[in-house]
Amino acid sequence: MSEVTITIDGLEIKAREGTTVLQAAQENGLYIPNLCNHPDLDPAGLCRVCVVKMDDWKIAISCKLPVKDGMVISTEDPEVQQIRKNTVELLVANHPMTCLTCERDSTCELQKVAHYVGIKPDDIKRYRRSVRSIPMDTSNPFFDMDHSKCILCGICVRTCDELQNINAINYAQRGVASLISTLGNKPIAESRCESCGECVVRCPVAALSPKNTMEPMRQVKSICTYCGVGCGVMLGVRGDQIVSVEGDYDNPVNQGSLCVKGRYGYKFINHPERLKTPLVRKNGELVEATWDEALDQIEAKFSKHKGEKFAALASARITNEDNYLIQKFTRAVMGTNNIDHCARL
Amino acid sequence: MAGLATALGSGAMTNSIHEISGAKTILAIGTNTTQAHPVLALQVKKAARNGANLIVANPKEIDLCRHATIHIQQRPGTDVPLLMGMIRTIIDEGLADQNFIKERCEDFDQFKASLQDFDLDHVSEITTVPKELIVEAARLYATSGPAAILYCMGITQHCHGTDNVWAISNLALITGNLGKPSAGVNPLRGQNNVQGSCDMGALPDVYPGYQKVHLPENQQKFEKAWGAKLSTEPGLTHSEIFDDAYHGKIKSLYLIGENPVLSEANANHAIEAMEKLEFLVVQDIFLTETAAMADVVLPAASFAEKNGTFSNTERRIQRIRQAIAPVGETKPDWQIVCAIAKKMGASGFEFSSPEEIMQEIASVTPSYGGISYDRIESVGIQWPCPNQDHPGTPILHTEKFGTPSGKAKLIPLSFRDAAELPDDDYPLMLTTDRSLFHYHTGSMTRRVDGLEQLDSEELLKINPQDARELGLEDQEMVKISSRRGETTVKTKLTGICPPGLVSMTFHFAESPTNVLTNAALDPVAKIPETKVCAVRVEKIVA
Ligand code: SF4
Ligand code: SF4
Ligand code: SF4
Ligand code: FES
Repeated sequence: MSEVTITIDGLEIKAREGTTVLQAAQENGLYIPNLCNHPDLDPAGLCRVCVVKMDDWKIAISCKLPVKDGMVISTEDPEVQQIRKNTVELLVANHPMTCLTCERDSTCELQKVAHYVGIKPDDIKRYRRSVRSIPMDTSNPFFDMDHSKCILCGICVRTCDELQNINAINYAQRGVASLISTLGNKPIAESRCESCGECVVRCPVAALSPKNTMEPMRQVKSICTYCGVGCGVMLGVRGDQIVSVEGDYDNPVNQGSLCVKGRYGYKFINHPERLKTPLVRKNGELVEATWDEALDQIEAKFSKHKGEKFAALASARITNEDNYLIQKFTRAVMGTNNIDHCARL
Repeated sequence: MAGLATALGSGAMTNSIHEISGAKTILAIGTNTTQAHPVLALQVKKAARNGANLIVANPKEIDLCRHATIHIQQRPGTDVPLLMGMIRTIIDEGLADQNFIKERCEDFDQFKASLQDFDLDHVSEITTVPKELIVEAARLYATSGPAAILYCMGITQHCHGTDNVWAISNLALITGNLGKPSAGVNPLRGQNNVQGSCDMGALPDVYPGYQKVHLPENQQKFEKAWGAKLSTEPGLTHSEIFDDAYHGKIKSLYLIGENPVLSEANANHAIEAMEKLEFLVVQDIFLTETAAMADVVLPAASFAEKNGTFSNTERRIQRIRQAIAPVGETKPDWQIVCAIAKKMGASGFEFSSPEEIMQEIASVTPSYGGISYDRIESVGIQWPCPNQDHPGTPILHTEKFGTPSGKAKLIPLSFRDAAELPDDDYPLMLTTDRSLFHYHTGSMTRRVDGLEQLDSEELLKINPQDARELGLEDQEMVKISSRRGETTVKTKLTGICPPGLVSMTFHFAESPTNVLTNAALDPVAKIPETKVCAVRVEKIVA
């Protein structure tokens, strides 16, 4: 791909042909405020926060403006500043200001934009505040939809369409009454939604937010334990518990995507019903035992049943190293090739 | 596995997951991809969105059909005639890749002769698929490449599963859709490490890396590596193990992370077999229905509590890492095996970490020869990776096939119907399926509240027309029975199943589907026929 040179606020930068001004800026580490843009999605040009002035005369939205060699862009032209400020003021005026208790406080894109643009309390006094009072959709077990916080950027709608091809959600109604909704306005849990949570991770504000908002103290890179796709995950740990799972963006298999099981199916790990000690059968009942007791019983029986009287069934759920040792044990210690697993099923 | 290895020399997915979106045509047969492999399905949907032809061959109107160019609804159990019919069309119309057949395949003449039996009128009659649809699918697949085939349990879980797989490899071979990007024959593995447990030799007839146990040179190699006497007699398969246990020949069974009480086809037989054992050891993370039958239960650490590797469906060996300490007194499976081996006085189990085990694996497994934890620290490598300098192999068979001759085998086939067909007593056909929200026998997912809330009970999917004839309503509790057993389940009236076909998953202990299913075995792969069996659905009269 060939390169072009453009100038942003007097700084010359190189850009790949076919990219937009916003992309080029981001790739060169320059921030242009934006809300409805997402690197995984086609630009929509909805929020108008990313306005710039081009070649000293034309106002354009940078997320939809293709780079051209020699192009001169200003992001701080007074006209640009004015448009941007009005747009952001309106969004802020209509937003419930519950930042301190909001789980997106400090990771919220609206906060970031408002801060960058420099909104002051007085600026929004002149607007008639109209925070929307549509009830929250809490039907999904893993995430909530709080319409009052929604900035209608459409990122969720485009995620569900362009990336997931599920189309569970869309804009319902137009204008001020516009909102994100499912077909027939049903609660999201009764819609076609597959609960993948891909829209939730991309929502720039806390309109779509996970029900479990416990922040992990650290993350550990691993692999999903469910299906053979083998998506990369980041397990979020807090204390001795797994409290979150995120997609691993560096894994070539899933590049950050996860399905409902991978993203939300981790609660079995710290489930109270986990087996915690060996059990042995005494008078017909399984009772708790020490490892030594259990191993003694196993040794007594296995030693008697070497060869054709023994079989092992390994598992497609455990690691290569586990499986390797189980077949080695069966073959080398028990003296039989009676080893299989449930891959056949 | 067995089928594909005979034809191509390897039983694994030939291409990589990320290539799927680059295919011009995708044939998805016997895979409910969006439910069973959701993130891989994103690739399929992306291809379709970019204009690729998507051919879905599935008796049911699965979700993927929304994105399909063609949906073929073959009668269950007729995949061989369908695929052979497509092949015959391709050859008759001169669309086959003659060069590829000549250079890279063998047995074409014999194979061609077997196509005799698959003239389209006949194929259309057995499969119930209109002739035009078969022709259209055949032309798309043959002329609009690269073309990838994806398949899953819908193909392998039949008593003729191996024939099904051969029909698939035949189709890919005659069109030259192997050994190049975005093409290939791609079996999608169900569980997270099916590929790895096969690679590691958790199979009765092969050592790690598919080295046959009956060959003396392999026996010697492993006797030397492990310092033990080894048998050249292949062992029993999964289903044979239960048969022998049933007949009292097997006395001790060591069962790890499996729940045959729910997962085994013809589960009642498996349960009786386990009751006859003298000694049953079950190692798992929960007290599953099967663990409850054991004499000794060993508590294992979950994947989040241990280090190791999984090999995914595209042969990528990836690191899992310990995130938290083992819960309670649980131990990682490898430590438990080492403890048992040491208790029995065996040597060769003195490992202090999975990384050390991987060093031994690499030293005896040619396809894993170049794998070390250092190399797969951030990104996994796809086998075969024979040495430290090898980058891994995203696409198999680019130069030659893994068969002894280096050429792929075209395999003549004939049509055999499913082992059990509907009749007057059992007039409906049952197929099994998976839910997006649950996994296998549900021992993990059913303990996740939210997943349980989204999908909390077994539903018998039945066509409204069949329901009407039986006088059944939606959400009605009914009795379903087969020649092997019966259970009760709620109905879900849906056009997803065509008339005559009903469908259930096997995630729910309350409605154990596998008491119904058929254990008729595929003669080569020994996979029970859980995909089709004849059943009767009845109203429960109070
Ligand atoms: S819910 Fe979030 S992502 Fe969707 S439109 Fe509203 S703010 Fe944007
Ligand atoms: S969770 Fe997934 S399926 Fe549901 S609306 Fe969001 S993107 Fe769509
Ligand atoms: S996240 Fe979903 S698709 Fe990915 S490995 Fe896990 S279960 Fe499979
Ligand atoms: S980011 Fe450009 S219009 Fe929203």
